[in-house]
Amino acid sequence: MDNRNKEEGQIKKDDPIKRKSTRRSFMKGLSLAAAAGSAGLVTGGCGDSATAEEMGLKWEEYFKTNYRLMTQEEKDETVARLEKLAKLRYDLDVKVSTQEPLERVLYGYAFNISRCKGYMDCVEACVKENNLDRKSKTQYIRLFEMEPGQLDPTSGEGKYFHEVPVDNKFYMGVQCFHCENAPCIKACPTKATWQEPDGIVVVDYDWCIGCRYCLAACPYWGRRFNWGEPEVPREEITKKQHYLGNRMRMKGVMEKCTFCIQRTRDGKLPACAEACPTGSRVFGNLLDPDSEIRFVLENKKVFRFKEELGTDPKFWYFMD
Amino acid sequence: MTTSPNKGIAAFLSDCLRWSLTGGPAFRIYLVTLFVVMGVGGVAYFHQFREGLIVTGMSNIVSWGLYISNFTFFVGVAAAAVMLILPAYVYKDKDFHGIVIIGEGVAVGALVMCLMFITVDMGGPLKVWHLIPGIGLFNWPSSILAWDVLVLNGYLALNTLVPLYILWCNYHNREPVGWKYRPFIFLSIFWAVSIHMVTAFLYQGLPARPFWNNPLLGPRFLASAFAAGPAVIMMVLIAIKENTAYQVDGKIFLKLKRIIVVAAVINLIMLFSEVFKEFYTFTHHSLSAQYLFFGLEGHNSLVPWIWTAIFLNILGTLMFAFDPSKGKSSYLVVAATCLFSGIWIEKGFGLIIPGFVPSPMGEVVDYFPSLTEIFITLGILATGALVGTILIRPALQILLRYKDFMARDV
Repeated sequence: MDNRNKEEGQIKKDDPIKRKSTRRSFMKGLSLAAAAGSAGLVTGGCGDSATAEEMGLKWEEYFKTNYRLMTQEEKDETVARLEKLAKLRYDLDVKVSTQEPLERVLYGYAFNISRCKGYMDCVEACVKENNLDRKSKTQYIRLFEMEPGQLDPTSGEGKYFHEVPVDNKFYMGVQCFHCENAPCIKACPTKATWQEPDGIVVVDYDWCIGCRYCLAACPYWGRRFNWGEPEVPREEITKKQHYLGNRMRMKGVMEKCTFCIQRTRDGKLPACAEACPTGSRVFGNLLDPDSEIRFVLENKKVFRFKEELGTDPKFWYFMD
Repeated sequence: MTTSPNKGIAAFLSDCLRWSLTGGPAFRIYLVTLFVVMGVGGVAYFHQFREGLIVTGMSNIVSWGLYISNFTFFVGVAAAAVMLILPAYVYKDKDFHGIVIIGEGVAVGALVMCLMFITVDMGGPLKVWHLIPGIGLFNWPSSILAWDVLVLNGYLALNTLVPLYILWCNYHNREPVGWKYRPFIFLSIFWAVSIHMVTAFLYQGLPARPFWNNPLLGPRFLASAFAAGPAVIMMVLIAIKENTAYQVDGKIFLKLKRIIVVAAVINLIMLFSEVFKEFYTFTHHSLSAQYLFFGLEGHNSLVPWIWTAIFLNILGTLMFAFDPSKGKSSYLVVAATCLFSGIWIEKGFGLIIPGFVPSPMGEVVDYFPSLTEIFITLGILATGALVGTILIRPALQILLRYKDFMARDV
């Protein structure tokens, strides 16, 4: 893998420590100065009858820093607050993980266009696993129905409502490609989106200011914005969550596919790959010479979408 | 009414406030109208703040709309103050010297609008502190948006502090000391160009959007700004000439007209060059232009707008180029309005919306701003007009009094 642009989205090593002490004292000063009443301003907008405890937690959440600058202690504190908030809000015991990337792992994805039949099980599994907003029907994955003679999903049909498979059609799945040279990361004015060492491009939802510049910068339409307050029925919420993954989002922030970070860092497959009934989706560690993804890359004819843009996606298409 | 020679900050501020808010019945109606429109905008924004940007017409496909369109256009208006500063200070043009302050007032009003448009477009406006270097995390120099935050705020500071210093001196019947402000004047000339180039780079630097990813975008931004901005300033000057005691020399209008014509012609040449490139060899990347000018797959909401814009652009340019009225106010107002509206459409939503259509996945949708969005936009425009007004009016008073004082002294 080409790592030439890795440092782009990453903070210099000495940075967090140096900042921490000044940040801390600043935050302390702020919270002291803050009248309890102004908590309403921060939590405002969600209108419903928030208890004093909920307001207090949200107030503390408001002043937390970017995930990458947090110490493990700070991460634990915010996780405790988020879990408590989920308990107060939905009466649910969610578990928010801050699990670090695994050693010597770089994730990659390959999509078999001769196998996929367009069943959309991947889309459904993704929506459930990642707690995607049901109201706006947010989906990270899109399947395009293609005519023979095409290889560019933009010329395919992204909204097909009929029984599949269809003779003489094939399908191409598109989602965030976790580019090595990601234009979205470069665009973000607050470093709220970056690439993790295992190659996953993530968003710190609490740090995102919602300017949507990353959405404009993405050539693959890989990002989704929460235009309103996202809604997931209580009984359908996936409780095993990750801070950078499927935890509940809020209105006004960007989100995207995270290769199911909450699953993959546990050694599982992303929900889409697991759900696929045709075995079209291959996911694995690019650094492991014995992995299936490496086999595909070495033995199949592979290509990538909009390669001319130099984004270096870690998502390949291949044929049997 | 005249105050004592030793006037402190409090006297300065209260005098300025008095001069900016007192006026005849027409002025009072104007003020009340602005306040009403601002109030409606405020209520609309409260609604948007509670519900989220879902109350706008934007979507994941057209993810920037009326707000960012207006932002882009008014950056140009702000930058145009340089078209007065440059002749006044570099070419030492005496006529322009007296109206530089008006250009700067217009620039501050426009910048306030720009910053407000950015703020209302944000999903998390309360998290804006994440952008402040030191306590937030500023993705500089990588993100062009970070650059834009810097240059816009810097330009706002320059255009507020320099006139403030000059007015403060004149208020106390003193001549401002050259070395204390001239360096900043020259800095602001470069800075004006930079705010518009950086704003163009915001779009120009995105290979994901072929319609914007075009090296002509930055220069064209400048040309259209230097036509539309002076057109706005000309309208303000006419309003001042007709309604106040402040003398605006007829020569100024001739000179402004010349500036506008040159810039507008360059803008039209570049527009033609872009249109030629898009349509002579029609490629996959020309679909956005096709959507804008002729419609695509049955979606053609922008088509009437862009042709109106081109018509107004050409009409305004011709009116300025061949002026049979020899600088009559009513004629100039019509010409300036044509050019201003034409560029507002073309460089506002005529530039922003087609960048998103078709989407990177080939989808074509139309964008229609919601009522909430329109009210918020109008509210911001009214705020900008108010800011410009309450800055320019006391400035003119101070300059007039200083002129009187000098005349008496000599």
